[in-house]
Amino acid sequence: MSMITHKTGRPAVLLQGNEAIARGALEAGVAFCAGYPGNPSSEIIETLAHAARDLPVYVEWSTNEKVALEAATAASFAGCRAIACMKQNGVNVASDFLTNLTLSGTKGGLVLVTCDDPGGISSTNEEDARWFARMAEIPLLEPATPREALLMTRRAFELSEEIKNVVMVRSVSRLSHTRASTRTGDLPGFDAAPRFDPRVPFHTFPVVPKHRERRKKLDTAVALSESFSLNRYAGPDRPELLVISSGCAWNYAQEAVEILELEQRVGILKLGTTWPLPADLIERYLLSCDRVLFAEDVDAFVEDGVKALAADMGERIGLKRFYGKASGHLPFCGELSPAHLLEALARILDLPAPDDAYRKEISEKVADAVPQREFGFCPGCPHRGTYFAIKTALAWDGRDGFVSGDIGCYTMGIWPTGFNQVKSVHAMGSGLGLACGYGKLTKFGFDQPVVTVCGDSTFFHAALPALVNARFNSADILLLVLDNSATAMTGFQPHPGTGFTASGDKTAPVDIEGLCRSLGVPVTVADPYRMAETARTLYGLMQESGPRVLVLRRKCALVQGREGGFPFRMRVAEDRCLGEACGCGRYCTRIFRCPGLVWDEASGKARIDEVICVGCGICADICPQDAIVREETGAGGAGPGNAVPTGEKEK
Amino acid sequence: MNTGIGNSTDMAADPLNLIITGVGGQGNVLASQILGRAAVQRGFNVTIGETFGLSQRGGAVMSHVRLSTKKNYGPIIPPNRGHLVMGLEPLETLRILAEYGNPETVFVVNSRPIHPLNVISGDVAYPDVAWIRETLEGASRRLFWLDATPLAVELGGPIMLNMIMVGALCALPGFPLDSGDIRGALAEVFPESKLEQNYRALETGGSLVSHDEN
Repeated sequence: MSMITHKTGRPAVLLQGNEAIARGALEAGVAFCAGYPGNPSSEIIETLAHAARDLPVYVEWSTNEKVALEAATAASFAGCRAIACMKQNGVNVASDFLTNLTLSGTKGGLVLVTCDDPGGISSTNEEDARWFARMAEIPLLEPATPREALLMTRRAFELSEEIKNVVMVRSVSRLSHTRASTRTGDLPGFDAAPRFDPRVPFHTFPVVPKHRERRKKLDTAVALSESFSLNRYAGPDRPELLVISSGCAWNYAQEAVEILELEQRVGILKLGTTWPLPADLIERYLLSCDRVLFAEDVDAFVEDGVKALAADMGERIGLKRFYGKASGHLPFCGELSPAHLLEALARILDLPAPDDAYRKEISEKVADAVPQREFGFCPGCPHRGTYFAIKTALAWDGRDGFVSGDIGCYTMGIWPTGFNQVKSVHAMGSGLGLACGYGKLTKFGFDQPVVTVCGDSTFFHAALPALVNARFNSADILLLVLDNSATAMTGFQPHPGTGFTASGDKTAPVDIEGLCRSLGVPVTVADPYRMAETARTLYGLMQESGPRVLVLRRKCALVQGREGGFPFRMRVAEDRCLGEACGCGRYCTRIFRCPGLVWDEASGKARIDEVICVGCGICADICPQDAIVREETGAGGAGPGNAVPTGEKEK
Repeated sequence: MNTGIGNSTDMAADPLNLIITGVGGQGNVLASQILGRAAVQRGFNVTIGETFGLSQRGGAVMSHVRLSTKKNYGPIIPPNRGHLVMGLEPLETLRILAEYGNPETVFVVNSRPIHPLNVISGDVAYPDVAWIRETLEGASRRLFWLDATPLAVELGGPIMLNMIMVGALCALPGFPLDSGDIRGALAEVFPESKLEQNYRALETGGSLVSHDEN
């Protein structure tokens, strides 16, 4: 299904924003691509990995974003074009290297793509990674459409070579996940010939002159941005209001002006180069208008930058009235939409309020009747078994224990689907770092058992240093590695434990147990489907001290579904289910909450939803009446030995 | 408001704003992609905005498909400017009504609910399906209420639903794409072995709408 490896450009290809970034990189003749999966950025590397089957391009999933940027940088130092792709949190991880790398400078074009996630649609935070461009003093390009994403990525490589430094391209979820008919250019001949010139070293010393050099590169970037063709103005010569917009928000501003028929009153300056800002260009447009509205996603980044410029230009341009996030005309938090721009324009220009009778009437009628869709683990998900075992063991222990959580599908342990067991979640690997701290509080009498969880991919990404720390400082930690053999949350990308790479090549898998044992940390392995057994194992481990690892191994249910399915057909024996009379309080549907188990209002009993149930069989172990029955189907590549729960029950 | 859609001018709107709404796993994104590819082949400027996030885990999924002969419009349809809504699930259709519907919107909706976890658990109630139907009917130009899930199961499984619904869209008078366009796009995406099944789903959807018209 690759839409991006065609040799000759086409007038219109339906490309996702992330695919357009990938195509732009290929049109620039990229040689080396690296990243770590994270929505909304994952499709860039996936697309490139797919393209690498046909083109002489190297593509890898690295163990984390810092390693990805470092690996890509090596290609740049050797004179090749390279790209590193990540989500906003990934830039945080890579930032230590980035802020040093930008002092040494680069050689082959090096592009860092950040895909920010306004609204935190698939993130633990809402963060504007553009500040890193400003902090590291590198140029920042912000496309507004898939077509621009392609063009700006391609341009970013040239710009990087012109100034000999990293160039950052910033997308947002709405652009990364938008598909649009997009014109493509031709692919070049790929002729990478990497060679590191030992006479030209790359380091940050002497620091101050290198810093001065970096500032000079930034000045060059300002000059180049003044004539950048994707900084565009549309509108009257002397508008009543100037909208300065960047990224996806430009679409909303443009459409709001169109809907309100303000083309003769409002001008829109679209900035593609948002750091460093093109000061002369901005001055020209500020001179044309006394009122300015800023439209951009997440922080007031351009807004603050232009205001600072306007202060410097004060004598020439006079006093301006600025609208945006600071003035309260647009929100500081959450993703922008056309509705926000319509409202802001109407408020600033004092337009009559739009007719919202329909919206009000319907809202009043339906608002209370529309329940939110609660997120939950898939049917058959091993994490449901894991959290059930944790909940059981912590209850047995009775000392108010809790789970220190991490990033992945299992983050959903903060919600009812994971029995609300997870009490803290922040960044990749932080669950274990926190556990190291709790594990030393014992010195002051802290006696609550803390279980920390992390997925297999997260384990390699950032948990390892914390595990070494636990060993080094003899912290009392109990780490559960939830090994489902996939980076499931972001779309099943391979990681060091899976035994294959981004391009599908075989590689020796890194053995998690072996790694832990080599650190002197004892490891136990258990099956999350065997909930009672796992709970007992966990309870036992909670009573011990020092660093301990329990690997809970079971394939992601979506992967298992594709690889032969599950061995059971489930049914509820109607004669055994006592319904409301049981006294269990609808335990199976109210607490266990697998979407494959439903409550039949008509019969007043539990029922299996056969469309949704996959047949993992673990729910049979939770019913006090043994009313949930496993029937072997003979299906399921996993085979009974790999999938049959013990059938034991907690008493 | 139920005026039928013969000679509808809305179908000729530029941009034509189509919303596809449903639950993760129903094939929403694939449906929008197939429609998008077919529209590109027909020479439209196409923009499809997708919201999925955590939706693979049972959350709501919504695609905004915008077709224009003039330019690429933005990825989010402005408030109350949906011309056409393809609802794969009743509650998810109701959810977007106030934000994107208007008295002229045409709805093509599959009648079978998918209960959210918090409904399964008994924490909240799923609204009465007949009431959802009435509400959509009263707030739109036309509602096509289709019992498409059983037909999808007959055709090979619940996942066939999306192409039945796409077939229904194509049968609406004035809709700018026909099932031939969709067949072309399907052939680009699916292996030969899957095509016949999907073609039959398109036909099934088409006949649901024609039948409804009579």
